[in-house]
Amino acid sequence: MKRLLSTVAFAAVFAAGAAHAQVSDGVVKIGVMNDMSGTYADLAGPGSVVAAQMAVEDFGAAAKGLKVEIVGADHQNKPDVGSNVVRQWIDVDKVDVIVDVPTSSVALAVNEIVRQKNKVFLISGAAASNLTGDKCAPTTVHWTYDTWALANGTGNAIVKTGGKNWFFLTADYAFGHALERDTAAVVEKNGGKVLGKVRHPFPATDFSSFLLQAQSSKAQIIGLANAGADTTNAIKQAAEFGIVKGGQNLAALLIFLTDIKALGLETAQGLVFTEAWYWDMNDANREFAKKFAARNKGLYPSMVQAGVYSAVTHYLKAVAELKSDSDGAAVVTKMKSMPTDDKLFGKGTIRQDGRKIHPMYLFEVKKPSESKGPWDLYKVRATIPAEEAFRPLKDGACPLVKG
Amino acid sequence: MTTAATPMSVVTMPARSRSEVIAFAVMVALLLIAPVFIYPLFLMKALCFALFACAFNLLLGYVGLLSFGHALYFGWASYVSAYAAKVLGFNPEFAILAGALTAAVLGLVAGSLAIRRQGIYFAMITLALAQMMYFFAVQAPFTGGEDGIQSVPRGYLFGLIDLGQPLAMYGTVLVIFLGGFLAIYRIIHSPFGEVLKAIRENEPRAISLGYKTDRHKLIAFVLSATFAGLAGGTKAIVFQLASLTDVDWPMSGEVVLMALVGGLGTVFGPVVGAVIVVAMQNYLAQVGQWVLVIQGVIFVACVLLFRRGIVGELAARLRIKL
Repeated sequence: MKRLLSTVAFAAVFAAGAAHAQVSDGVVKIGVMNDMSGTYADLAGPGSVVAAQMAVEDFGAAAKGLKVEIVGADHQNKPDVGSNVVRQWIDVDKVDVIVDVPTSSVALAVNEIVRQKNKVFLISGAAASNLTGDKCAPTTVHWTYDTWALANGTGNAIVKTGGKNWFFLTADYAFGHALERDTAAVVEKNGGKVLGKVRHPFPATDFSSFLLQAQSSKAQIIGLANAGADTTNAIKQAAEFGIVKGGQNLAALLIFLTDIKALGLETAQGLVFTEAWYWDMNDANREFAKKFAARNKGLYPSMVQAGVYSAVTHYLKAVAELKSDSDGAAVVTKMKSMPTDDKLFGKGTIRQDGRKIHPMYLFEVKKPSESKGPWDLYKVRATIPAEEAFRPLKDGACPLVKG
Repeated sequence: MTTAATPMSVVTMPARSRSEVIAFAVMVALLLIAPVFIYPLFLMKALCFALFACAFNLLLGYVGLLSFGHALYFGWASYVSAYAAKVLGFNPEFAILAGALTAAVLGLVAGSLAIRRQGIYFAMITLALAQMMYFFAVQAPFTGGEDGIQSVPRGYLFGLIDLGQPLAMYGTVLVIFLGGFLAIYRIIHSPFGEVLKAIRENEPRAISLGYKTDRHKLIAFVLSATFAGLAGGTKAIVFQLASLTDVDWPMSGEVVLMALVGGLGTVFGPVVGAVIVVAMQNYLAQVGQWVLVIQGVIFVACVLLFRRGIVGELAARLRIKL
């Protein structure tokens, strides 16, 4: 059974003569687990597997004497399926590192298993900031973004570029409340004002009454403290009410390139949000995006997929340096001690609590007249420097941070 | 239940069929040697769902009541067990019992409302109540919202046996499953079970014979909820987590599928159905985005080829009871 399945699984094997004795069972095995068929399939999904493969190829693992294999799995957004796959990967298939894992409930479950088994967990897709806070593990690196960075980036940068008055449209459950609370705190700290807020049920399909309240509040910025289909539905309906054309701006707190692409520029124009990476920022990114799209059904890379590339690259560097992948905590310690440097995220560092540090960007969706191609969607409104982009080390309550 | 005592004693007890005894022996033997060949965690998951499907089958297969809200008992039991083990520091056996008790109470409340109606209305009421409690789970602080309750300790069974060992955990789950399975078997084959089957076949006639059918249906409903809760609580301890997946409505649908694929109204059907569905989820996870397509094809094939479910069809072909 298992043999049959691993033939179906994605596998990129780079045979290179004699394997290193210290590398467990001779192969560095990377397990990319995410949502391959549901809501997050486009922003992570099979594209993340492609990104990991490209990272392995660009790293030149074969030339460095490392044998690398990649397997992929669908956690179907269910924590029990995810934890079953990961335990089996580690116990039976000898997977050394788990990558990506969107959906916070699954990521939190995987975080505990990897800590227990002393392997490595590189998070790109999940948002929960407590993965480097009270739940931080010596075996985990949180790469691309987190909820704190999004709330801070969007709140901070918008107020500084003139959006003083805010109105929140919040999904009525813990995640929505947390996003709203964190963003409101940032807005007020920077001298902005929260004029009002309205809670919508989760999940919701009809936002008209909430949007009318937001419209009549005359706030400059309407903050969408929700995620996924709620956010895209709210944006679509806001376009129907002509909210953006009426001079108000929407700020999404959690949205991805693929969502914007699906919404279309006509609907999404003027939307402001924070992301860690965009393909059209420099030549290296553009070149990567073209190669990536050719291998991923023409879809351009999201920041999550770029994060997978960058994280896998740095992991391989650490393993090549250590010449061993068996002790997860040791590999992560090595990763933290080396500065990160790759063609997508540039130079950066990994903090003691497992937080990868890099600049974040405030983007605005282009007007249809400004766009020059099907994937030409964003313009940069502000850069949030690396030292301000993430939660200060002392505020996270991570037990790994001493003093 | 003094009023029902007289007619009950008239019902003749069917002899335990030899095919069922043999099938049970084969099942136990397979489960005992399985951990040598198959990954134990997967087996434990399959057993939890098998017990859940058996509990559901008690209601749909033997009373003819289609509950579309069984995730309520499964999911809430897993929350309560996880919370009891993690926050209140219960031993695993008490944590699981606390979960099963919660499910029993929920079953009593939901059941006493739902059994007043028949057919589709019954199904809709159970679904509505389950969704109500789902949204409560989304909002309530102790469930952790969409993060769920994570890193639940497995602890020491009776304060002695370390459940951190995969085989100790597997043994515990196996005992719970077999206990639940035999209890359900006993219920189905008791005079009470015969009355349930009579209600399934023709409720007005059962009433005319002097049975208080509502009371029987309610007891069956509470029993089914309790066993579903036992499965849910065990799953929380095995996976060391409780999450929204277990209380959401797709879970209610999944258990219907398990019972249907295996064979409604057969003793072993739900077990086979649960193993098949769980195996698909688990092993197809490796083929990524094709999971849903393959699942769909398999279900279409089941509906077209084995109308009575796999075990039901097998029993009909061989003319035996299973």
